[in-house]
Amino acid sequence: MLEIKKLQAGIEDKPILKGIDLSVNAGEVHAIMGPNGSGKSTLASVLAGREGFDVTGGEVLYNGNDLLDLAPEERARDGVFLAFQYPVEIPGVNSAYFLRSAVNAVRTHCGEEELDAMNFLKAVKAKMKELGLNEDFLKRPVNTGFSGGEKKRNEILQMAMLNPRLAILDETDSGLDIDALRIVADGVNRLKRDDNAQLVITHYQRLLEYIVPDFVHVLHDGRIIKTGDKSLALELEEKGYDWLVKEAA
Amino acid sequence: MSQAAATDFAATPAEAFAAIEQNGVALMPLRKAGLARFSESGYPSLRDEDWRFTNIEPLTDLPFRPVIDPIDQAPSMEKLGDVAFGRTEADRLVFIDGHFNADLSQTGDQPSGVTVTHLASGLAGLERKVGSLSGGDDNPFVALNDAFFTDGALIQIGDGQCLAKPVHLLFVTTAGKDGEAVHIRNWINAGANAHGTIIESHLSLGQAATVTNVVTESRIGDGANLEHVKFQDQSAKAFHLASLHSELGRDARYAFHSIALGARLSRNNLRMRLARPGIECVLNGLYMMRGQQLADHHMIVEHAAPHCDSHEYFNGVLDDQSRGVFHGRILVQPGAQKTDAKQTNKNLLLSDDATANTKPQLEIYADDVKCTHGATIGEMDDDAIFYLRTRGLDTLTARRMLMHGFAGEIIERIRLDTVREELNALVWDRLEAEHQLD
Repeated sequence: MLEIKKLQAGIEDKPILKGIDLSVNAGEVHAIMGPNGSGKSTLASVLAGREGFDVTGGEVLYNGNDLLDLAPEERARDGVFLAFQYPVEIPGVNSAYFLRSAVNAVRTHCGEEELDAMNFLKAVKAKMKELGLNEDFLKRPVNTGFSGGEKKRNEILQMAMLNPRLAILDETDSGLDIDALRIVADGVNRLKRDDNAQLVITHYQRLLEYIVPDFVHVLHDGRIIKTGDKSLALELEEKGYDWLVKEAA
Repeated sequence: MSQAAATDFAATPAEAFAAIEQNGVALMPLRKAGLARFSESGYPSLRDEDWRFTNIEPLTDLPFRPVIDPIDQAPSMEKLGDVAFGRTEADRLVFIDGHFNADLSQTGDQPSGVTVTHLASGLAGLERKVGSLSGGDDNPFVALNDAFFTDGALIQIGDGQCLAKPVHLLFVTTAGKDGEAVHIRNWINAGANAHGTIIESHLSLGQAATVTNVVTESRIGDGANLEHVKFQDQSAKAFHLASLHSELGRDARYAFHSIALGARLSRNNLRMRLARPGIECVLNGLYMMRGQQLADHHMIVEHAAPHCDSHEYFNGVLDDQSRGVFHGRILVQPGAQKTDAKQTNKNLLLSDDATANTKPQLEIYADDVKCTHGATIGEMDDDAIFYLRTRGLDTLTARRMLMHGFAGEIIERIRLDTVREELNALVWDRLEAEHQLD
């Protein structure tokens, strides 16, 4: 589904990703771990198409097509979803209106009929219940005045409604207490199917107790220095990153 | 006839005032004092601190032509067309060039303790009241209004009474000649625990450079709850000067919304005096300007008693060479402890040539207060656009959504559903039709 080959990228001549190779197949959950500054969020940003990052080498294929050639909205419509580490507050834009517009943009692209207000509400309310979100949530402006936990749950709600084939979760666990973490992880797990994949970016092992990865990759200084299974995450939790960094050097 | 005498040629203020004296109208002492004050002060200029961002020279260059008598042929209701808030069930008082028009107006059954009429009909009992709230103001336009006002709304809600339906004040200028100036005076008195909604709209027929100068005095009693929506959509050549002078009673709730879309130059002076504890006052405004337009909101919120909240929210969308001015002064007097005052002004510039001047000012003489202010001037938030794009929305849709949100943030504070919905649709149509969003 996703082929990242020798990907190099940076900001204003400063290289951050220095040759990433990663291959994700349908049905898989991959975790990307690494210390601060290793390039985790840059990878997420480049995959989602954030402006300001220069790709200086390598390529990214998504279902065999050049992903980097697509505008962010085209990637989204093709099934790539980024759950933001810091979801953006958009004052004045009603959550229901926003979410329905997004769902219908994706549906239209896929040749499906748009959801009318009634059917949208029915669908969204069921998902909100699963995520423990109050109904007044839909009337509030997008992320505005939300607590950290509400913002993250909102990301997962959007993910559930947009039903992506490739979900990238950028530090979705940051700022969550254990209850919120469990709710968010449950939400993510419910969306797992044989025909989609999840790329979970996290600093801590904690999230991976709830979202169990098939592969764990350790990113350091813009490169993947080790790949293993879920036991690698536990090992990192115990020993930290230093031993790996030394081993790689 | 006297109309010709008053409006066909330009006069000095004193000459024009002779027509007022001839008509033998009420409140002569107030009027004479106003004329004297204006003769002494003249118009404000950029040298006055309160006017430093708003150049009114294009107005002062106009001939001095106060409209004193009603026009012969008032426009028909058809001509007024699909006036704003037509869908809102309301009592309607219509004023053409500052004169009440009974044929176009419609008032229904208000409870016996409520008076909804035009000021000229009730001046006899108001000698000591009109001017009592605006009197301390040295704004030259208030002085001019004192001298030349013709009519306006008179709304009195007795203790414990409610407006049975909203009152819509519709002010129309028929725009004959450049410089024709309409002076309107409104008097609003809400008694203890009175409730009600007042809608005030200002429209132009025709395109001449006319002047509207409206002074509103409102006394809001203890525990009263009043919402006031002001909608200014005059022609692109018009000048609009307004001032609101309010005194609020204990535990009063007052929300004033200013939606300024029209006029070449508009200025809203808002003077709120929070003189009793427990008041909640919201000043909420949206201005959307293009071409050479200028919108200026100038506020002084005086906290003179403890435990009062005042919140000001003003958003501006500025395109072309337009200008938005915000001046918000919060004055917390000694003893006004537990004041909670908040003030925000956000400006969205859609053009490199647009200008926003924002001057938040806190003046605090009490030590246990919470006062915040913030102002932003800028373009659309790139992070927000990216966020929306990652959800499948294209750039243009994202920008439109943000713009709508920016205006919607203000409009959604209007409590009366029909008015809020109508303004929402109207503002959105305006944004789509007149502003370059891509």
